[in-house]
Order: sequence, then structure tokens, then C-alpha cells
Amino acid sequence: MGADRLQRQSARNGWLLSLPALILLFVAAMGPLVIIVVYSFLTPGEYGNVVWEFSLDGWTGILFTRDIFDGTLGLADAHLTIFWRSVKLSILTTVATFALGFPTAWFIATRPAQQRGLWLFLITIPFWTNLLIRTFAINEVIRVEGVLNTVLLWIGVIDTPLAIIYTDTAVLIGMAYVYLPLMVLPLFAAIDRFDMRLLEAGYDLYASRWQVLRRVILPIVKPGIIAGSILVFVPSLGAYVTPRVLGGGKNMMIGNFIELQFLAGRNWPLGAALSVTLLVIVTAALLVYVKAANRGSNPHG
Amino acid sequence: MAERRFEVARLPGFATVAVATFVMLYLPIATLVTFSFNAGSSIAVWEGFSLHWYADAWNNQAVKDATVRSLVIAVWAAMISTTVATLAALGTTRRAAFKGETFIYVAINQPLMVPEIVTAVALMILFGMVKVATGYQGLGYLILAHSAFCIPFAYLPIRARLEGMDLSLESAAADLYASPWQTFRFVTLPLLGPGILAGAMLAFVISLDDVIITEFVKSGGQDTLPTYMLGQMRRTMTPEVNAISTALLALTVVLLTAFFLLTRKKG
Repeated sequence: MGADRLQRQSARNGWLLSLPALILLFVAAMGPLVIIVVYSFLTPGEYGNVVWEFSLDGWTGILFTRDIFDGTLGLADAHLTIFWRSVKLSILTTVATFALGFPTAWFIATRPAQQRGLWLFLITIPFWTNLLIRTFAINEVIRVEGVLNTVLLWIGVIDTPLAIIYTDTAVLIGMAYVYLPLMVLPLFAAIDRFDMRLLEAGYDLYASRWQVLRRVILPIVKPGIIAGSILVFVPSLGAYVTPRVLGGGKNMMIGNFIELQFLAGRNWPLGAALSVTLLVIVTAALLVYVKAANRGSNPHG
Repeated sequence: MAERRFEVARLPGFATVAVATFVMLYLPIATLVTFSFNAGSSIAVWEGFSLHWYADAWNNQAVKDATVRSLVIAVWAAMISTTVATLAALGTTRRAAFKGETFIYVAINQPLMVPEIVTAVALMILFGMVKVATGYQGLGYLILAHSAFCIPFAYLPIRARLEGMDLSLESAAADLYASPWQTFRFVTLPLLGPGILAGAMLAFVISLDDVIITEFVKSGGQDTLPTYMLGQMRRTMTPEVNAISTALLALTVVLLTAFFLLTRKKG
């Protein structure tokens, strides 16, 4: 019985010690999310904010818009364009970071042991440095009077500056740039565990380089690929800073669209419903991630 | 001459792509830093070396205020989040698994999972109500919000340190009749020190770099350095922004290097 009491005391201490953190998180991180859910079912106020009347307009407003003349519901094309752009750019960002990140992770994992730390550090530094500054850096490179155009004009490759800035391409370049480390790190972790003797076995059995890559490497590092893809896809979908700095006002993604509802759009319930939707999608993606990550940590699972 | 070995781990083209990726990763940042030293007002045409954009930024009252505000918020957020994270780490490691432990773990990591824009609008609504109700408009809201989202960043290195610690030292202290408090004060805490410092530095960097939550929670005239820079985007960009970015970048890199040295595994 003594051991049982000790164990209960230990659990109670665990809770007590965690309590200050939990209170702080509840007040300033988790709790407010409840407000968002409540607000999504209210009526928009005339000058922003909400009127405390139940309404589902916030939720229907995600996909449909009410005709201002006859009041009928029609598909909200502008909203669909923004959702499609968000999903498309997030997928393309994931693909681009994988295309660059897989060779990079492989390169790092196959360096001599004493060099590996340095290469990893080089990937990690941009990961922890200010996202806004990194986005600024891309902005300054690709803007009309930026370095890229200046150099290309000077060499004579182009006659007129490339108008990349404030397009979807600019947002894609920016997101791939800022989220690349999120792809490389889990890929590296997976490749690092990979048993290189399997390659010898593959080559001994007359497999070509391509066959080894396709049939041996990729299936084994798959959990790392899934993890990296989700780690890139999730922040891409919720991106706010990068589309704002590189997409200009027009090339909005969901994050900017949410902001718009709370500022100029003055439709808080719609903004709240969009936020809840984004939250649900992201949570679902992260659950898949947790599964993949757990599978990755147990090679025999 | 030694015969060329067949390198099994080599995949054609991978090294080229990897090196190109590293170059692409650092070239924009290098450009940004380079043009902070430009004598002219262009961010793309080099007109000679000068430090005058740093002097301009230094003498710009708005930048000065934003810098001080950023530092004040980051120091408070780092202290608060590290304190509560240390307690939580002590509560969730080195004891028998207990009911609700997973919940605590998920709750602590929650700020990493929720898209920042969602938390930002949620806090804007909540703090908006509190502002109206209490009339208080100060930095407290930003400090509170930053303290909360910094918790997972402070928690993870402290937890990692605790898990790697040798329990036998504490048992030895207890065998020598140290009270639980003495054991904590003179054995656990000194051993945990580097982890706490690492957590605090990470929290400080994360708070210093925050844009989205700050942008939505701040009251009028409460720009931090990142939100000030975001505001500058609407105007023509001069190397002054580059100078501010470079200074912020330098501070981050110094702190991160210290962080890595502190958390590096020995051997």
C-alpha cells in the first residue's frame, strides 16, 4: 500500500509542478481558441466585432456568398480561388522542398562523421533565424529592382526586369526557401538510421542506381518523407508573413484571408469559421505526422 | 595508384543539388547583409561601403523604441516561460508515468501545432475584450502572449537535459541525509543549469522574432522590431531595413551558437 501512496503522491506532484505552465497556456494559447469557435456561430456586427445572435452564416460564408440583390446563395468564387491557391502552393512547396531537401539530407548523412555536425548546423541556423528577415531577403532578391534582375540585366540575359514579385511564384519561392529546413531535418534523421549495407546488397544483386533508390532507399526512409512533407505542408497552409511580403495584397492565402475578415472585411464570424477550419485541417495532418514519426522511430514496427 | 572504389552511398547528382541548395539557402541572407553596408540607397546596386544605414537606424527614434520594446518583452517572456517550463519539466520527467501526463505534454506543445494566425486572432478578440473592460493598454498583453508560446521552446531542452541526467547523484545526496529541497538546490539545479539557460535563450530568440501574434495583439504605438519592419514594407525599402535585419540576425546567431554549445552532447 505504501508504494501505491507514493505513486499517487508522485502523480500529484507532477500535476502541481506542471500547473503554472498549464494555466499560462490556458489563458493565452488554448483558452482563446474556444472563443474562436463560439464567434464562428454569431452574427457579424456592423463595424466589425459580433452581435450575440446565433447564426450559421459564418460557416456557409466559407463556400457560399449571398447575392446582394435577390438573396440567393451562390458559390463564392473569390473564396474558392484563395483556398485553391493555398492548397496548390502548399503542395508545390512540399514538392519543391523535397526535390531539394532529399539530395541535401542524403549529402549530409553520407559526410564523414566529424563533418556532419557542421553541415547540420548550416541547415539549422536558417531554421531558427527570423522568418520575416528570411522572407525580406527573398523579397530583395526577386523584386523588380532587386539583385536577380539587376544581375540578369547586366549580363544581358533579359532586356526587361522579370516581374516575379507579387505573384504566386514569388510566394512559392519564398515558402520553399523558409520551410526547406523543416524538410531536410526529418529526412536526415531517417537517412541517418538507414543501414548502408543494404545498398551493397542491392548492388550485389545487380540493381542499378535508380533501382536502388526507388526500391531500397525510398521505401525505407518513407516515414521521414511523410514527416518532412507534413512539417512543410502544415505551416505553408497557415502561412501569413510570406504571402503578405511576397504576394502583395492580391495573392492572398488562407492566413491573409482570415486577417482580412477581422480587419477590412468586418466579418468576424466568417474569419472565426475559417480559423476553425484551418485548425482542423492542420490537426488532422499532424495526427498523420505523429503516426509516421512513431513508425519511423521503430524500424521493426 | 589505388583503384577507384565503387562508393555505394553515392547517388549521381545528389552532391551537386545539395551544394546548390546550401548556396541558395545562404545567398539571399548574404545579399541582405552585404547591402546593409551600401553607401547608396539601393538594395541591389552596390555604391561603395558605408555604415551610415546603421547610424540612421540607430538615430531613428521609432527603431530605438521598437528595439527597447522587443527586448523588454523578450526578457520577460524568456524569464516567465523558462520558470514555468522548468517546473513542468521537473513534473513530467523521472517519475512513474501518471494519468494525464500525455495531456500535459500535448498542452505544452500545443503552441507548436496551432497555426499562429489562428492564435493571433483568438488573442486579439480575448485581449480586446479585456482592454475594454479594464482600460489597461500596456505591454502586459504582449508579455503574456509571448510567455505562453515560448513555453514549448523552453521546455524541450530542459526536459532533454533532465532525461539525460544521472539519477544516482540525487540518490547519493539523499543517502547523505540531504533534505529533498537541499538535493534539488545543490544537486539537481546546478546539473540542470545548462538546460535552463539553453531553454531561456531559445525562448528569448523565439519571442524576439515573433511577428504574427505581436501584430494582432499590440495596441497602437506598441511596435516591436519585427512589426516595425513589416510596416516598412509598404514604403520603398532602403538599406536601413537591411541594417536592422543584420543586427537582429547577428544577435540570433550568437545566441543560437551559444545554445548549441550548451546542449551539445559530450563525446
